[in-house]
Amino acid sequence: MSIASVFDVALVALILTIGASAILVRTAFAAVVMFVVYGLLLSMAWVRLHAVDVALTEAAIGGGMTGLLLLGAVARSRSVNVDSVRVGYPLRLAAGALCALVAAGLAVAIFYPPAPVPTLAPMVMENLPPSGLGNPVAGVLFVFRALDTLLEKVVLLLALLGVWSLAPDHAWGGTPGLQVYARPDPTLIFLAQLLPPVGIVFGIYMCWVGAKDPGGAFQGGTVLAAMWLLVIVAGLQKAPAIGRLWLRVLLVTGPVLFLAIGLAGWVFADAFLAYPAGYAKPLIVAVEAALTLSIAVALGMLAAGPPVRAQQQ
Amino acid sequence: MNAATLFGLCGAALVGIGLYGLITNPEPLRKILAFNLLGSGVFLLFGIIARRAAAAGLGGDPVPQAMVITAIVVAFAATAMAIALVQRLGDETGQASISSDSSETGEEKS
Repeated sequence: MSIASVFDVALVALILTIGASAILVRTAFAAVVMFVVYGLLLSMAWVRLHAVDVALTEAAIGGGMTGLLLLGAVARSRSVNVDSVRVGYPLRLAAGALCALVAAGLAVAIFYPPAPVPTLAPMVMENLPPSGLGNPVAGVLFVFRALDTLLEKVVLLLALLGVWSLAPDHAWGGTPGLQVYARPDPTLIFLAQLLPPVGIVFGIYMCWVGAKDPGGAFQGGTVLAAMWLLVIVAGLQKAPAIGRLWLRVLLVTGPVLFLAIGLAGWVFADAFLAYPAGYAKPLIVAVEAALTLSIAVALGMLAAGPPVRAQQQ
Repeated sequence: MNAATLFGLCGAALVGIGLYGLITNPEPLRKILAFNLLGSGVFLLFGIIARRAAAAGLGGDPVPQAMVITAIVVAFAATAMAIALVQRLGDETGQASISSDSSETGEEKS
């Protein structure tokens, strides 16, 4: 057994233990802390699977952002007496049997893959050079399956609209109620002053380098959103009212630019979302830059939640 | 057993664990967390498909990898929406649990 495989076995054991305890632990707060740890461990598994782009996304969004969202929700929700609502043993046993069956079925599928494993990697590498990109994952996201990426941005905006629509009538257009700590301690304030400059540079770097190496608009945008939220949680800056014009302009800039370039593809190239020859890379970098900003604002506002206070004039 | 198979089994087990939490946990927040766990197990299975399809000098097939990145972002958006719904529900009803039968029958009797 090589060192790498010992590491893999240990990592899998750790992931399963932490994952199971996130489900079984008694308090919701402990479960969320476990879930954040789980997200970070899982991103290490993605690195081991040679998917560094996915690892960055999982660490930033799967662990960090979702964890922040759940932490905020736990802080705001009232505590519940777990024993009074816990389901009985027969049901738990039946559920356990069902879940074991599902997992076993998936495991069987893992052991019997199709004989020639289908792969699109050669096609991707063959068609990547004309786009000028060096990162095949970015190539898939912005060239071969650009429609998916465009619609995903629209999903983010739709989800944000959904979250905002849940505001009570009197708070519509007001400020979100993100407040994890009622009185932030000095350490948090210090971190919120120290980290953002570094984080902003790092987020922009991740977006820029995404064309060639692992990174990209999602990951960079998430880092920017995290820095913004850190400043808000520490109380150094208030969350903006959702009625602000600049906020809404920033939210739609990325998707609108992407859509405009896609529509222009009909005129200057041959198809929707096609790039004219020789201009692919500058156009993609421009779209990525605009998307990074829009993603950062959308993720930040999604994590901040629906407005709870009317806007103070 | 190679690394891909090992992580594949890990993904399969995570789907099972997440499904168990989704069924047995009465708190909506814990259900959302369990659903995220289930989802990450499915993403990991996609990662195995990508890893096994490694070709052309790449460590994995970039198409499933790009799909997983999209999926993680969409899962986050759905989670944010679900949490906002649960909180509005809690504000309206004052209940932090959705275990239907016990609380409903209790109210009918009293």
